[in-house]
Amino acid sequence: MDAMKQRWVSLFVENDIGVLAKISGLFSSKLYNLDSLTVGVTEDPTISRMTIGLTSDDKTFEQITKQLNRCVEVIKVIDFTNIPTHSRELLFVKVNRITEADKMELFRITSVYPLKIVDYNKNTAILQAVEDRDTNDELVKLLSSFFINRIEVVRGGSVAIESFF
Amino acid sequence: MEISGADLFLKALREEGVDTLFAYPGATAIDLFNVLYDADDIRLVLPRHEQALVHAADGYARSTGKVGVCLVTSGPGATNMVTGIATANFDSVPLVCFAGQVPLSLIGNDAFQEIDIVGITRNICKFAITVRDRKDLGRIIKEAFYIASSGKPGPVVIDVPKDIQVAMGSADYPETVNIRGYKPNEKVHRGQLKKAVEALNSAERPVFLLGGGVNIAHARREMTQLAELVNVPVVTTMMGKGAIPTNHPLYIGNLGIHGNYASNHAIADADLIFSIGCRFNDRITGKLSKFAVNTTIVHIDIDPASISRNIVVDIPIVGDAKNAINQMLEICQSRERTEWVERIQKWKEDYPIHMLKYSGVTPEKIMMSINRQFDDVILTTDVGQNQLWASQYCELDIHRQLITSGGLGTMGYGFPAAIGAQIGHLDRQVVSINGDGGFQMNMQELATAALLGLPITICVLNNGYLGNVRQWQQMFYGNRYSMTCLMRNENCPLQCSGPNEACPTQYVPDFLGVAKSYGVQALRVTEEAEIDDAIRMGKENRTGPTLIEFVIDREANVLPMVPPGEALDDMILE
Ligand SMILES: Cc1ncc(C[n+]2csc(CCOP(=O)(O)OP(=O)(O)O)c2C)c(N)n1
Ligand SMILES: [Mg+2]
Repeated sequence: MDAMKQRWVSLFVENDIGVLAKISGLFSSKLYNLDSLTVGVTEDPTISRMTIGLTSDDKTFEQITKQLNRCVEVIKVIDFTNIPTHSRELLFVKVNRITEADKMELFRITSVYPLKIVDYNKNTAILQAVEDRDTNDELVKLLSSFFINRIEVVRGGSVAIESFF
Repeated sequence: MEISGADLFLKALREEGVDTLFAYPGATAIDLFNVLYDADDIRLVLPRHEQALVHAADGYARSTGKVGVCLVTSGPGATNMVTGIATANFDSVPLVCFAGQVPLSLIGNDAFQEIDIVGITRNICKFAITVRDRKDLGRIIKEAFYIASSGKPGPVVIDVPKDIQVAMGSADYPETVNIRGYKPNEKVHRGQLKKAVEALNSAERPVFLLGGGVNIAHARREMTQLAELVNVPVVTTMMGKGAIPTNHPLYIGNLGIHGNYASNHAIADADLIFSIGCRFNDRITGKLSKFAVNTTIVHIDIDPASISRNIVVDIPIVGDAKNAINQMLEICQSRERTEWVERIQKWKEDYPIHMLKYSGVTPEKIMMSINRQFDDVILTTDVGQNQLWASQYCELDIHRQLITSGGLGTMGYGFPAAIGAQIGHLDRQVVSINGDGGFQMNMQELATAALLGLPITICVLNNGYLGNVRQWQQMFYGNRYSMTCLMRNENCPLQCSGPNEACPTQYVPDFLGVAKSYGVQALRVTEEAEIDDAIRMGKENRTGPTLIEFVIDREANVLPMVPPGEALDDMILE
């Protein structure tokens, strides 16, 4: 069997009830590994665009794209695996029970790493990052090592678009 | 002028040329039935259960090539369709299934008989949709017929809320469709096809492997010409049987777990497998890692997702089988392959499939009698040993067609499918082969067949067992007949590994009694000498169905067989 690999696909789909269920149902019914799925409407209000992150071997991936193409609701499938893209994911991290010393630490962290403090009060701060998924993974790791058992993470799933080169 | 949704529904059926509707009413479909009350140009058929209803529409569609159309009510009416839809989907049968639905305003309220049928069927049909706006109704129906019948055919589900049925709106029914996400590719890539033909021309030991796709594409005549032109032997899947006449000198037989010796060996020894319209599923390949090692494989299929899925294909070609075959007829060269053809024929002679071990009424003799007596017949089967025997022994050609649930293997399919096939061909002979287990899953349809006077010859092969499962228990589970005996009653011990003196003598139900209660002519065959006459009676009775119960050896097995996990040429012969 060939190796498991991280992949990205972008789908143009009908902006209609049931389409999300159809696509996610395809993954669950055939036991494909879906890592993330985001969906939002495009400049044409009748069309939505999905960005799907998944892990599979080459053979399964070929089957997945064929199955997606087969869906009446899917207008177009683009494989992003081997083409240059811009890919970003929104990440919020809430840090709880912070002390004055923590605050200083937070300011240092945000001056070094691509994190922004978007809100804070006496005991809590909310940080935001808009990076690719791997970077966000690293940021979460970093913050959890500083603020053990004190963070809450919300991630949006990646969106991606082809780049020019 | 504006018309109601129900009137547009009827108009759409007429525009689509629907002559038969398989329908079962209920509260949320009552407005649709109301307009049908005046439609004397559409034959309405009322099966006795919605599962059988879909199977009947399926049998109608497979035998006529037209779209089978169903109409049921919401809730239980819709959920009863599920097995029928999945069966049709698996075998690529074009259906349009309308289900009534509670009014839009009640959806989500747990209203009486509300069910999310679109959600339930989404993964088992080609397309499913709820009509949410009266103005979309015409377009949705038009698209449904197009999606169901084009490309790789399949069932489409349309969920029609009651308020859409009564809402007034445009009387226009669209003439064209344009679905931006659905553009089936029926054309064949010329360059790829040339490559395939070159491979075929230069192959020493090529074999055609034909699946249901050839039959769905109605390419039997063309396929026969092609095989003759290039002199290449043909093996089929169960769904592909009949793609060339079974008595043709180039026809070898079925391939796979229950294929015959010559077919399985031909595939194992071939240097080129030229496959058209088959899925290479597990019933065909046997142990995958030993299937067609070092063999070049060409695969033509309308569905890109079927290609290179289970096996690696050297020359993939997406396209319609008939188009591909017709183009091949233009560019293929005639070539002698006497030695290879003779080698296969020798296997066929040395290892024929016969049920010599069993005496009396055997499935082989029943099938032989059917073969002898019918030269124009639509044969349907149920699922189990009866199906495997029928597909082993039936002779097919352009006038003799086999209809069977291949992909899903749905017990209870065979008899209702025969009803649909007979309705589609009132002038032809229809014979339905069933097991005693599966027949009981839809035998309520005797009412439908009797009341419509359908002259189906219904054969029930009674072995008192869920025979196919029992055979596995016998061969691979040490005779532990767990819950496969249909004679078993309260007094039987928990464990039993075969018929013995203590067995109950009474079979329940008495099939003849059942038939009688429906006013259906019925007879029981227990002696070999009675087979021909019984089948002749079925054939000659043109006023209604005839049920023939054949009492067969309780433990007869389907052989040869490839044990689970073995290679195709590792067969158990007897
Ligand atoms: C709806 C359904 N339930 C269960 C099965 C599993 N199954 C396959 S063959 C078979 C036995 C069928 O028995 P019978 O109808 O008597 O036919 P026979 O094999 O004896 O010819 C069973 C239970 C099935 N295919 N379909
Ligand atoms: Mg049986």
